[in-house]
Amino acid sequence: MTGNPEKSAYSRPESLRDVPTHFCAGCGHGTVHRIIAEVIDDLGIRERTVGVAPVGCAVVAYDYFNFDVTEAAHGRPPAVATGIKRVRPDLVVFTYQGDGDLAAIGTAEIIHAANRGENITVIFVNNGIYGMTGGQMAPTTLVGQPTATCPGGRDFQLAGPPIKVCEMLAPLDGTDYIARGALDSPAHTRTLKGYIRQAFLNKLEGRRFSLVEALTACPTYWRMTPPASLARIREEIIPQFPLGVIKE
Amino acid sequence: MKNNANNQPFLICGNEAIGEAAVQAGCRAYFGYPITPQNELTAYMARRMGEEGRVFIQSESELAAISMVFGAAAVGERAMTSSSSPGISLKQEGISYLAGCRLPAVIVNMSRGGPGLGNIGPAQADYFQSTRGGGHGDYRTPVLAGASVQELADLTFLAFDLADRYRTPVLILGDGILGQMMEPVVIARPDPARTPEKDWTLTGARGRPPRCVKSLYLGPGELEAHNRKLQETYREISDREVRSEAYMTDDADLVLVAFGITARICREVVSRLREEGLPVGLFRPITLWPFPEKSIRDLSRKVKKLLSVEMNFGQMVDDVRLAAEGNCPVEFFGHGGGEILTGEAITEAVRDRIPR
Repeated sequence: MTGNPEKSAYSRPESLRDVPTHFCAGCGHGTVHRIIAEVIDDLGIRERTVGVAPVGCAVVAYDYFNFDVTEAAHGRPPAVATGIKRVRPDLVVFTYQGDGDLAAIGTAEIIHAANRGENITVIFVNNGIYGMTGGQMAPTTLVGQPTATCPGGRDFQLAGPPIKVCEMLAPLDGTDYIARGALDSPAHTRTLKGYIRQAFLNKLEGRRFSLVEALTACPTYWRMTPPASLARIREEIIPQFPLGVIKE
Repeated sequence: MKNNANNQPFLICGNEAIGEAAVQAGCRAYFGYPITPQNELTAYMARRMGEEGRVFIQSESELAAISMVFGAAAVGERAMTSSSSPGISLKQEGISYLAGCRLPAVIVNMSRGGPGLGNIGPAQADYFQSTRGGGHGDYRTPVLAGASVQELADLTFLAFDLADRYRTPVLILGDGILGQMMEPVVIARPDPARTPEKDWTLTGARGRPPRCVKSLYLGPGELEAHNRKLQETYREISDREVRSEAYMTDDADLVLVAFGITARICREVVSRLREEGLPVGLFRPITLWPFPEKSIRDLSRKVKKLLSVEMNFGQMVDDVRLAAEGNCPVEFFGHGGGEILTGEAITEAVRDRIPR
């Protein structure tokens, strides 16, 4: 390619630190982190963003994001974000939560933050399992899916069906934007980025509670290869967790 | 009710006095959940914070309320929550995180009878919980125990200052009686205390490197180093912030040790028994942590007996015994279950125990 210097088509966003992550091969967290960082860069809000990290695999999000981040107790990020946003409305505040954090121990906090219409963005990473603690059943584990705490597969009679967070929150009048995307293909990844961008844009436009759910893989505790995990998202999970903008 | 015009006293209950003092201390955000006997404080804040254009949220739970305090504190604003015993148990999660993350905050416990749901009567059964940190991990929080409505207001100003100065949650410990009784008070902000500049707050990484508020330390030795820093702060607080009051202890043979509303009653008992010529006195810890160990040790060397009087079945008495180091006998009198001690019962207990 003489005379045509190599161009970098894909560089690291300023909002992401230049450090290796601890995530397993095929995990979705790294991609979701990157999407958030790109969106924050695109919108030019890095210097007025405060993120709230969860407890779970994404607990050290502050080691990867290159803006202000706080820890929160397990499940409490929506309450912590509420405290931040109410006293500093000029800040862009988002929470980053997994399925155990948001849909089990933090159910009360997410419902009430949504219902109050808090002006925060929630990024909900749903891989249907507790990764950090070793692959236990999550509130979003599919019926029949084996985990460390339901070795014979999730039993509908004993544990109920997986919770569909988007469909649960959408009827609340405090919510302005609810969408679900997936990380099983480049096309879906681009669509998800659009949802996340919209969820942040809503904050700048003063709209109320916005939540984007991302269906992601946990090859380690699904006991699958990364490619097989992506196929599972497509074939087993998306049929039960329909993609798209659920409310806007 | 906003300010004391010309510093004229006005009649107000303990819960409201704390609320007004918090407003005047610059509390920017209050988060609370209903529980008796502290509801007057939440209602007062709902009205006053609204008037001042500040933040008030009735949260969905105590867990959420203390986490909202955490958020407001993380961006550097003065924040407060209040509750009573069962609700304070729920807040322990957040108090531990506040301590671990070195965030300033003020938590009010208008304690009631326990354990469990107990009742809504006044009690001092949360002494252990209050003075031992309360939640998980190796931490302490300053605990301020007033004995009058005026003192509750005064200690509220102090609580915010201590919280900022040492980057720690601070507990104000009252009880159902103190919270609900009305007394004339003057609430006036003292000269603003000098607090260190908050160079750790999450205000957006503009023109500076990003900041992080956390209590998670996974690297080898990191958590120990963090704990050592916390312990250093606790030592500083112990060295500088002990507060107590002594009443007629100079020539006393028997000194009562009591805090909060119990100390108020004991003071009356001591006055009456003094009129009869009995050599009794009262020592009142105002900071329950840091505990006034040195003053009690000094007392234990010159009195014949110490008597810890509490609205529980014996908690602070452990600290009195530790402080006395065996220099004199330390006895206990009290009862629990959400009923106040009477002056008559204490008087009788003192007469029975007066060294002959």
